[in-house]
Amino acid sequence: MSAMEAKARVTPARHKTLGLTDKDVLDMYYYIALARALDERMWVLQRAGKAMFVISGPGHEGCQVGAMWPMDKQRDWFVPFYRSIAACLVKGMTASDMLLGLFARANDPSSGGRQMPGHYGHPRVKILSTSSPVGTQYPHGVGIAYAAKIRKTGEITMVAIGEGGTSQGDVHEAMNWAGIYKLPVIFVVENNAYAISVPLHKQVAGGNVAARAAGYGFPGVSADGSDVLECYRVAKEAHDRAKRGEGPTLLEFRVPRLGSHSSDDQQERYRTKEEIQADRRRDPLQTFRQYLESVAVMNEGTHKEITDRIKREIDEATDFADRSPLPEPDSGARYVFHEGD
Amino acid sequence: MAEVTYRDALRSTLIEEMERDHAVVLMGEDIGVYQGTFRVTADLLQRFGPKRVIDTPISELGFIGAAVGMAMLGLRPVVEVMTWNFSLLAFDQIINNAAKIRYFSGGQVDLPVVIRGPNGAGVQLSAQHSQSLEATYAHFPGLLVAAPATPAEAKGLLRTAIRGNDPVVFLENAALYGMKGEVADGEFALPFGKAEVARPGTDVTVVAYSRMVHLALAAAGQLAGDGINAEVINLRTLRPLDTQTIIASVTKTHRAVVVQEQWKPFGAAAEIAARIYEEAFDELDAPVERVTGADVPMPYARNLELLAVPHEGDIVKAVKKTLYRT
Repeated sequence: MSAMEAKARVTPARHKTLGLTDKDVLDMYYYIALARALDERMWVLQRAGKAMFVISGPGHEGCQVGAMWPMDKQRDWFVPFYRSIAACLVKGMTASDMLLGLFARANDPSSGGRQMPGHYGHPRVKILSTSSPVGTQYPHGVGIAYAAKIRKTGEITMVAIGEGGTSQGDVHEAMNWAGIYKLPVIFVVENNAYAISVPLHKQVAGGNVAARAAGYGFPGVSADGSDVLECYRVAKEAHDRAKRGEGPTLLEFRVPRLGSHSSDDQQERYRTKEEIQADRRRDPLQTFRQYLESVAVMNEGTHKEITDRIKREIDEATDFADRSPLPEPDSGARYVFHEGD
Repeated sequence: MAEVTYRDALRSTLIEEMERDHAVVLMGEDIGVYQGTFRVTADLLQRFGPKRVIDTPISELGFIGAAVGMAMLGLRPVVEVMTWNFSLLAFDQIINNAAKIRYFSGGQVDLPVVIRGPNGAGVQLSAQHSQSLEATYAHFPGLLVAAPATPAEAKGLLRTAIRGNDPVVFLENAALYGMKGEVADGEFALPFGKAEVARPGTDVTVVAYSRMVHLALAAAGQLAGDGINAEVINLRTLRPLDTQTIIASVTKTHRAVVVQEQWKPFGAAAEIAARIYEEAFDELDAPVERVTGADVPMPYARNLELLAVPHEGDIVKAVKKTLYRT
């Protein structure tokens, strides 16, 4: 027994005090690592000329997995934004679903090759439509929550956005509405401190997104987005509040931005090396791994098992997506209007 | 068959559809306690309660966005905009979201949203309450655009709009709310994309929609006195557009005048004229004439306002031009 493992036996592990099992936290790590590996694969495919465009969220995965974990995967709704790769994986999308979208294949379950990569949607797993103009999904989330409330279905809606999107009028109008009707909705803001190139101090007056919730009469919580368990804890509380009929919660996760905005951007043009380095030290993939090792839930062996499994899954998904057919040319005019029952 | 106003035809349809289907909810500014700026939702809050008749904050973008979310979850929201001019605040939600969600889902997601309210000029409401936005909305694939001219059409088209599965831009007209007309009893509905020959004729085709239909009919009456027998086509919907009925008429009359209240450049009349040229060029004995509003933001002064909208006389003049008569 190592000294670290011995120490872990004395203090109860943090995840256990939150009601999470060892299997839970290993699964959570798997999703964080899967999202990261898939993200990296997408960039490689784009750079190799296999895909036109990639938009993703390295650094955001930890808070996404933590926040999605308390949600009921069958019953609840998720309205993502274009960095929600890890959240969508936890909710039920697969690596091949996402790669089919990246390659715009006929069997892309989001849109059949109609929508851009990263604009996740998957009605069968209750993930609905993201839009390129940022912030527009906030009113959608509120409408879904309103529908769930008047139908008394008990469904809870989570809607995600970056801090850049919070400057949009949609976000104000949505949170105002949700506050008035005490809707079962969780507003997630993943704050990576940059709206493409514009830093936080030039886009968020007051510098604190979570504080804005007070104006709408519901709680706003700011959490370290690299602390996966803390993100889980605050999301669980928000979920419980929504379930009890107490209304919305705004969750701000302060996350490191480890990559550029999209494959059309180079963040080195507007960020210093020092700042990017500092962000790397907050990488949730590393911080969570360190935690799992410190409580002896993961070791070299289990880590390698997970990593190998992910590599295999992504290789298979890439091959499958690559071999899948493009949309039929004669389907080009379809899906504009209702086509009959 | 009963005689009712355009306003009551809309209101009774809302009641019937809300009684029939609990998924139908109404939302908009001042539609509940205040009963609607044009009284279309009179006493509906009392009948159906605040969960289904929702007085919204002043936030077109927010509540039309919320309606999009509700529709994705199977509700059938009918959203009132106080006037269509205010829909511009929600343009992104209508164009980038409502019109594209089915498409972006590869056909998996229905979007049964109806957005309704008055479109076009009123009386001294100036430039931000008087615009005619039909061509703007009819431009975008994914949206249906209806423009009823009579109480019967208000009822029949609204029912079809509410029962459909696509977003509908439902353009009423403030000047028509008090108009009375015969409306069939029961679950009367009118299909989209089917124009009406409002007055049969042989010498010239006059194409119109919404309030302009009544101007066209009045002009046709006047022209009859001069021995000119005009056929008036009431489009009812702009998207889908019933090109077939227009072409069949032009094939008979060989002349066409298209009437719209909106500005001339890039308007509905330009599109309709182009369809006639594309499909019936050889049938024409004269160029297609357009009767339109003046190319200025709507003025407030009544005398200038009257100069900025089309009148019966303008249609008479245009018809005579196609017949080379003065």
